[in-house]
Amino acid sequence: MAKKFFFYTEEMTVGYDGKPLIKDVRIELDRGEILTLIGPNGAGKSTILKSITRQLRLIGGCVWLDGQQMQQMAGREIARRQAVVLTERIRPELMSCEDVVATGRYPYTGNLGILSAEDHAKVRAALETVHAADLAERDFNAISDGQRQRILLARAICQEPELIVLDEPTSFLDVKHKLEFLEILKRMVLERNVAVIMSLHELDLAQKISDQLLCVKGDRIERHGTPEEIFTSEYICDLYDIEAGSYNAAFGCVELPPAEGKAEVFVIAGNGSGIPVYRRLQREGIPFITGVLQENDIDHPAACDLAAEVFRERAFEPIGDEAFALALSRLRRCREVICPLRTFGTMNRRNGELLREAERLGLLTDEISEG
Amino acid sequence: MTQTSRILQVAEEDGRGRKALRYGVSFIVLSALLLILFVWNVNSGSVDLTVREIAEILLWRRGDETAVNIIWQIRLPRILAAMILGGALSVSGFLLQTFFHNPIAGPFVLGISSGAKLVVALSMIFLLGRGITASSAVMVLSAFFGSMISMGFVLAVSRKVRQMSMLVICGVMISYICSAVTDFVVTFADDSNIVNLHNWSLGSFSGTTWSNVAVMTVIVFSAVLLTFLLSKPIGAYQLGEDYARNLGVNVRVFRVCLILLSSVLSACVTAFAGPVSFVGIAVPHLVKNIWRTSKPILVVPACFLGGAVFCLFCDLIARTVFAPTELSISSVTAIFGAPVVILIMIRRRKTA
Repeated sequence: MAKKFFFYTEEMTVGYDGKPLIKDVRIELDRGEILTLIGPNGAGKSTILKSITRQLRLIGGCVWLDGQQMQQMAGREIARRQAVVLTERIRPELMSCEDVVATGRYPYTGNLGILSAEDHAKVRAALETVHAADLAERDFNAISDGQRQRILLARAICQEPELIVLDEPTSFLDVKHKLEFLEILKRMVLERNVAVIMSLHELDLAQKISDQLLCVKGDRIERHGTPEEIFTSEYICDLYDIEAGSYNAAFGCVELPPAEGKAEVFVIAGNGSGIPVYRRLQREGIPFITGVLQENDIDHPAACDLAAEVFRERAFEPIGDEAFALALSRLRRCREVICPLRTFGTMNRRNGELLREAERLGLLTDEISEG
Repeated sequence: MTQTSRILQVAEEDGRGRKALRYGVSFIVLSALLLILFVWNVNSGSVDLTVREIAEILLWRRGDETAVNIIWQIRLPRILAAMILGGALSVSGFLLQTFFHNPIAGPFVLGISSGAKLVVALSMIFLLGRGITASSAVMVLSAFFGSMISMGFVLAVSRKVRQMSMLVICGVMISYICSAVTDFVVTFADDSNIVNLHNWSLGSFSGTTWSNVAVMTVIVFSAVLLTFLLSKPIGAYQLGEDYARNLGVNVRVFRVCLILLSSVLSACVTAFAGPVSFVGIAVPHLVKNIWRTSKPILVVPACFLGGAVFCLFCDLIARTVFAPTELSISSVTAIFGAPVVILIMIRRRKTA
């Protein structure tokens, strides 16, 4: 018998109104792990999450939580084990942040829902965990999106769950609040050994925070694996059907598609000096070629995504004759050369030769005087 | 514990103390208001009495025979009806607002009162035509039946439209249709009792008997008590259905409870006093703003108290301002209630 996971699904089929949308969803998760669903809009990430949280009825299969089948668990039992943070914006009337957080104590209070001193202490602790103790008395509708998500997370925390399910928790947040939110979540996972299942739109963040990823695409789970397995540039482009532009998995950043046409501009670059130039040319719609770059140069990935042609040398090697000759002959046929590069060392000495040749031919545009 | 969290803790306990004070004071003030209005109501009318005389009449039934009769047989049942039914209306409104997540939902604007009115009018005419006077039970049952029909329509519409204003407009339309049909049948029914029916269909607490009071007390108090016991799920439901479900609320059962309770309450009001407008929206809103909370465990009793005060006040005006001519209770509640609705809409606009 295989190892039993804390949370797992068996041939789970999800969908709306009895119509199956995604079949045979397999999720296996232990406490202290984060599983993230990624995939294009409308691919069914929310459908899966809603099925796990029992907002949607399962079409087939079953979900197991800590050795129990969730369909057979009482609402209160589930409420003590599983908390949610949903995408739908809520606008409760006249509720302070503390009131909102306190609803998390629901499964633990008596018939009238009156909070004990212990409950109050837990609400306060949850607010402190998300650095929101000062918001306690504020009206929930009067705080910012970032604060609101933190309060909703505090609500989930004070429910003392073993599993938290979050549906696109960072969607409305700016970058500072995205990072802050995920940092708190990660700390929760490490300190309290909580399992997390969530969906994220931000691939760069998903790559960094997740222990496992589930790639949802339309009617199927396309892939399931660790960030290292999932995040290859080709696969992400394929998953999201990226046709215009590209995604760079190593940096987790996107580039717009390169400019079209015959390239007549040569950029002599390296050591990061090229990236701003490449992007400016791309914005202005000017196609270009660039080189000579070692394959481990930080300009290299962006050059591959944006340049019409890249002259390259193997990693850690000085620029060789072959690459140099190719670059030189091509440079001579250009009508403009840009050289943001200022330092020439052992490895890229021959780029200096390219620069002198450009000067001799009067092709050089001074990048600095322009900027 | 660190210094800051200690300070925060003290501040928080302090905040809780202040809140508790606010809740207490609000309840006391409103109760005092209720008492004052009660005495004032007993005292207002064609026979003038001193407070001392009133006390004697109420406590020992001592004093002038006519005065005792007027107070015990006419004024007192009417006052109690205004209080109980006013409370019922505002609790019913609160339940509907919770159900629809819509601050301007209420039994009157959603057409539930009018549906009740229609069915009550039909059954009264049917029974009167056979020489039978409709009993309280029949009235309440027909009103409940009518409420449920209107509620059915509103629920069907609410599945299609999400906007709160559209839902209310649909409710108002349902209300107009029901009122038109009621007017129609009342106009063409030929019976001397129809005069009563006409008065009733405009809304009034007059003519309440002690047996009416007994029936409404039983129905309203049990429904309000049940509502109070539902405080906890109502509180969870205020964050939306999905959060409520996650917290372990059986949402389907809960929603049915909300519908049934609010319908029973508003049906009871309609059966005894006819349709009464805007109390169901205005009072819960005012109460929430006085208490500055929406915690159902406080809001439910506060709504009941507030509704009693509001209706007692409005009935006093209906009875006395143009005495001996009486205004319909709905006209008075509309004058005080409708501006609150407008206020809610404006406020919503601002914060949305």
